[in-house]
Amino acid sequence: MTQNADAVLDHFDLFRGPEYTEMFKAKRENFENPVADAEVERVREWTKTPEYREQNFAREALTVNPAKACQPLGAVFAAVGFEGTLPFVHGSQGCVAYYRSHLSRHFKEPSSCVSSSMTEDAAVFGGLNNMVDGLANAYNLYKPKMIAVSTTCMAEVIGDDLNAFIKTAKEKGSVPAEFDVPFAHTPAFVGSHVTGYDNALKGIVEHFWGGKAGTVPKQERVPNESLNIIGGFDGYAVGNLREVKRLLDLFGAEYTLLCDTSDVFDTPTDGEFRMYDGGTTLEQAAAAANAKATISMQEFCTEKTLAYIGTWGQETVALNHPVGVAATDRFVQEVARLTGKPVPDAIKRERGRLVDAIADSNAHIHGKKFAIYGDPDLTLGLAGFLLELGAEPTHILATNGGRAWEEKARALLASSPFGANCNVYAGKDLWHMRSLLFTDPVDFLIGNTYGKFLERDTGTPLIRIGFPIFDRHHHHRYPVWGYQGGLNVLVTILDKIFDVIDSNTNVAAKTDYSFDIIR
Amino acid sequence: MSLATAENLEDVKARNKALIQEVLTAYPDKFAKRRAKHLGAFEEGKPDCGVKSNIKSIPGVMTIRGCAYAGSKGVVWGPIKDMVHISHGPVGCGQYSWAARRNYYIGTTGVDTFVTMQFTSDFQEKDIVFGGDKKLSKIMDEIQVLFPLNKGITVQSECPIGLIGDDIEAVSKAKSKEYGGKTIVPVRCEGFRGVSQSLGHHIANDAVRDWVFDKQEGKPARFEQTPYDVAIIGDYNIGGDAWSSRILLEEMGLRVIAQWSGDGSLAELEATPKAKLNVLHCYRSMNYISRHMEEKYGIPWVEYNFFGPTKIVDSLRKIASHFDDRIKEGAERVIEKYKPLMDAVVAKYRPRLAGKKVMLFVGGLRPRHVIGAYEDLGMEVVGTGYEFGHNDDYQRTTHYVKDGTLIYDDVTGYEFEKFVEKVQPDLVGSGIKEKYVFQKMGVPFRQMHSWDYSGPYHGYDGFAIFARDMDMAINSPVWKLAKAPW
Repeated sequence: MTQNADAVLDHFDLFRGPEYTEMFKAKRENFENPVADAEVERVREWTKTPEYREQNFAREALTVNPAKACQPLGAVFAAVGFEGTLPFVHGSQGCVAYYRSHLSRHFKEPSSCVSSSMTEDAAVFGGLNNMVDGLANAYNLYKPKMIAVSTTCMAEVIGDDLNAFIKTAKEKGSVPAEFDVPFAHTPAFVGSHVTGYDNALKGIVEHFWGGKAGTVPKQERVPNESLNIIGGFDGYAVGNLREVKRLLDLFGAEYTLLCDTSDVFDTPTDGEFRMYDGGTTLEQAAAAANAKATISMQEFCTEKTLAYIGTWGQETVALNHPVGVAATDRFVQEVARLTGKPVPDAIKRERGRLVDAIADSNAHIHGKKFAIYGDPDLTLGLAGFLLELGAEPTHILATNGGRAWEEKARALLASSPFGANCNVYAGKDLWHMRSLLFTDPVDFLIGNTYGKFLERDTGTPLIRIGFPIFDRHHHHRYPVWGYQGGLNVLVTILDKIFDVIDSNTNVAAKTDYSFDIIR
Repeated sequence: MSLATAENLEDVKARNKALIQEVLTAYPDKFAKRRAKHLGAFEEGKPDCGVKSNIKSIPGVMTIRGCAYAGSKGVVWGPIKDMVHISHGPVGCGQYSWAARRNYYIGTTGVDTFVTMQFTSDFQEKDIVFGGDKKLSKIMDEIQVLFPLNKGITVQSECPIGLIGDDIEAVSKAKSKEYGGKTIVPVRCEGFRGVSQSLGHHIANDAVRDWVFDKQEGKPARFEQTPYDVAIIGDYNIGGDAWSSRILLEEMGLRVIAQWSGDGSLAELEATPKAKLNVLHCYRSMNYISRHMEEKYGIPWVEYNFFGPTKIVDSLRKIASHFDDRIKEGAERVIEKYKPLMDAVVAKYRPRLAGKKVMLFVGGLRPRHVIGAYEDLGMEVVGTGYEFGHNDDYQRTTHYVKDGTLIYDDVTGYEFEKFVEKVQPDLVGSGIKEKYVFQKMGVPFRQMHSWDYSGPYHGYDGFAIFARDMDMAINSPVWKLAKAPW
């Protein structure tokens, strides 16, 4: 018996002892009808070969370990960026359990969202009753200021009409006639969670600006000097949006963060559960129509939203999850241009500090090869920063990236000699990445938590940047945007590099001559 | 009215009644009536807990429940390690459930083992419009090329499959034939079916019956049978639970020929009708197949509970009662062997935990099964409820709960928050969606689905971990910091 009340062993250690390992061996040999060890080994080696890679890339139907989620997740994320807003997903209820779990596992925060709980009868007759009852219950129980409706694939397949359903629900008194219920159709079989963010945000903006589904006159735009900023779907929303606000405040700019999730995903533990916290106020959302311009921090999260905003006569600027010096320069310069305000000296000094840090440390990164995967904008932002650091991006992969992303990535790589040996993979998954890491290895991999399976299989050290991050805590509280954010990314990369150097040089009398205390 | 101070039983009952009335007032009338049937307090001597269950959730209330797909792919089938489980439909379902349940296993992932991988048909609009059968067929071909050591394939249907009229059974049969009788299992676990994950369990059980057992008819066992062959049914090996259970059964002299389904394999499923006894932990999710094996193959089944020493002792003896003296003596030997460990665990943790009150809301078997483990530590469960229980679960619960215990079936986010706010337990045990809500309120919390990334909690080895975890949750210094000193 290895268990011990004085020093309790849990799963990390408990199963390592002979009583368990022998049990596992006997189970396998006697009852699992196992594949022979030699055959397992042969196939394992085969999966590392160029031949396997070729067959892996010949896949046309099967997706294995994709780096994307489905639309409603993004819609739920977008909804909670508005003051007092309860996301309401019309369709099967299990989906909502999944979105809430997924967001909670990443942010380590509550994630509030309701479902219209459609079942077989709704599949046959449509989900109108579920919408009518669901809105009434949600409104009475959770006292939201707004309910933002999106859809699961079930409701989309049977063709439920949100606009008509919400109208009917209001007529039946589920919620007051003037209560805000913006909506967006978010089919899971189109695009990904970034598409869902875009659709939901456009639905909310259009609701306020475009006359609340025909129930009030369309807004008249009275242009002012304010800026709208849209963050996009972002695992670092808490740190990033606060950083953006800090920078804009330094500018003294007038601005509205359209969809501000920085507080709702970072509420204090002080004895009170805040179902709603912070967020763009509904008044701000409406007034945002009058802004001079809208800057999206993530182009591919806001394609439709920006196009819609553009039709209102606003200038729109789309960035790609800006990380590092040049990308932040562009953001800062766009803010300066659009507000007509000079870049504050404090921001210039922050820039200098990031450049200083890069100058201090780049020797450890220069020439290192990186594979990156993640959402389209994030991969562009990270690739741009790596090029600045003198690193060599080698594989860039976005399961939810399309042709436009691919072209943008290629153009970015072409802008630097450090991008010369990089390939771009749109629509591929992490099983493709596994082949790439075996046949064309790199020094480091940047990706989300699921990258740990790649790290285990291929030995490529994983630097966790992306969404979701389930197995490391609190990184979402630190920005990756702004010069300060760039510094955080730099340190994250450096820490992993130094850890790897140390772990490769720590065998006494064999490799420890390089086990330096100064690096 | 603060309800936390209620001391005697009558006060507790009165406050629970008042509390239920209070939460119901928040609902529109029609739904207050419906929810009222799911909320109650256990009355000593009654055959069940006095609540309705396994009924559709009310729209818009923030139910904690999942869906049939979650019950089949996420619970029953997903842990079968040497089969490839295709999440058939759009990408999300498989993504959100990818490797999230901690069904531990031993195997070379991606080569002969596939549990922590996400295989999906990633449906696009054209698949919805034109149907996905051809794609599914091609997916199976690609699996055969890239994962040649897989022992079988299951098709875990997501919502659209049943709505667009795909014939996954035909595809599965055709491909099985093409691949020489390979086990390919279509599962009709579309998320809109039924009222919770519970129907998914049932559908998944039936799929084993129809697509695994029936193929094995008349085939001999791969091993020599013994009179002591048992199968562990309904243990998903979360954090290693099935392992810390199996070791006890083997130590008492039994031979475990199959694990359902944590760290399980297709061969083990196939061999189970050769067992002499099925020992069933999660009754809710696997009673169906146990009953089937009883009816068709004459295999008796016995429910057991491996949470906490009191219930483990009872269960070891109950299991042993189905066998001869050799096994009965084995059970006593096991009980004796671990007694010093259990005494030491209780001696260490009981003084820190005695008198602490717990509220639970979980799925499957846990809303009742873990009560004994808390009581072994001197703790008291004052409220419990099932995400997807049926009336037979609430009947079984009567053997565990005390008079006056607050019972809430398919609790809504609103109700649970209010109940905890007023009852003020020292610990809440529920899931990830609830965890941070209660921690914000300053209430210690343990996830009782995933063991909060700890475990195992089953068996003697697991109880030590359980006790330590409850202590660390309740007695963490952090809770004293929640209120600012000014």
